[in-house]
Amino acid sequence: MGIKEGLLALLADGPRHGYQLKVDLETATADAIPVNVGQVYSTLQRLERDGLVSKGGVDDEGRDVYEITAPGGDVLRDWLNSPVDLAAAGRDEISMKVLIAIFTGGLDPKAVIEGQRTATMGLLQDLTRFRAEEEDADVAWHLHLDRLIYSAEAELKWLDRVEERVR
Amino acid sequence: MSEPVLKMRRIGKTHGKGAQRVDALVDVNLDVAAGEFVAITGRSGSGKTTLLNIAGALDEPTTGNVSVVGHDLGDLSNKELARTRRVAVGYVFQQFNLLPALTAAENISLPLELDGMTTAEARELAEVALSEVGLDGMGDRYPDQLSGGEQQRVAIARGLVGPRSLLLADEPTGALDEATGESVLKLLRERCEAGASALMVTHEPAFAAWADRVVRLRDGQIEEISVRSFATSNADLF
Repeated sequence: MGIKEGLLALLADGPRHGYQLKVDLETATADAIPVNVGQVYSTLQRLERDGLVSKGGVDDEGRDVYEITAPGGDVLRDWLNSPVDLAAAGRDEISMKVLIAIFTGGLDPKAVIEGQRTATMGLLQDLTRFRAEEEDADVAWHLHLDRLIYSAEAELKWLDRVEERVR
Repeated sequence: MSEPVLKMRRIGKTHGKGAQRVDALVDVNLDVAAGEFVAITGRSGSGKTTLLNIAGALDEPTTGNVSVVGHDLGDLSNKELARTRRVAVGYVFQQFNLLPALTAAENISLPLELDGMTTAEARELAEVALSEVGLDGMGDRYPDQLSGGEQQRVAIARGLVGPRSLLLADEPTGALDEATGESVLKLLRERCEAGASALMVTHEPAFAAWADRVVRLRDGQIEEISVRSFATSNADLF
């Protein structure tokens, strides 16, 4: 998710000024998307230029308050309704490293697999402990941790599979 | 450091003879300290269950020594061995092994009564154990009146009831949904934080991650994967 879609989603929920958008974006995503206020304002400028948001006056403290426009609502709905294409997602460094090690005879894929397994299992242990300790944390934070836990778990299963295939 | 609760030294286990000979375990060393929770991972047939059974005196190693709470299992008489199995060690198996003619509470309290506890005391501990696994007030039901997941939880309660030093669990979350499975892992953790030790076999990385130490069995040998004591602070992760 880009900052753009996050801002549109928040503005669809109600008008906000720039700093409020930064705070709400971080809260809603459990800090998964850290943003600085400068990024928020530059993105708002682009969205305004493209007619997806508009200034809707100023608040009590003289700050510009933004609103979503009808075309902005269309862009937001399109984004929400399109599943993420995982096949087209960014290059996966672990996958590249392991597969390159297998392909090129001079490198030792087992060492790469073992090193990665130790690192990922350690992360999974940390995440598991973190979630157990933070039972009272907010829903966004829990769901974000769950997501990281499932990813680490999938990676460990994949490493086992790779190891079986290259032994 | 104090003596490990479980100490396995140069454990070998061979099945069959001649051309059929299979080395299930080769020279395995494994310690579990007091308060420590260790997970054994590895693919099916890697020897995980065999190692667990040897740790719990349910199977004998071909070579090597096992000591549990300071007693070398090889030196114990059959009677002493049976007592160690009942008193010091708690087992949670893949199969529930519940006795169909006994209620859930009786299934749990029976081993305690065999050790000389009064029926009332044993029954009270059984009720506590049942409530810990989320089966409050179901102690009077017979196994065939319980779902598969509930029967598994009774089996878990039976394994964890009373003051055990060493808990051995073989895929304890097998038939349980994720939330109930997690509550079982939390129970094992709590027992370890109270001073018991646990050794768990699992093929699920997410369950293994509840342990302080994760090891893997591969070709009959132990590989250390990761150590993250739950007791130490973890504040710098995020």
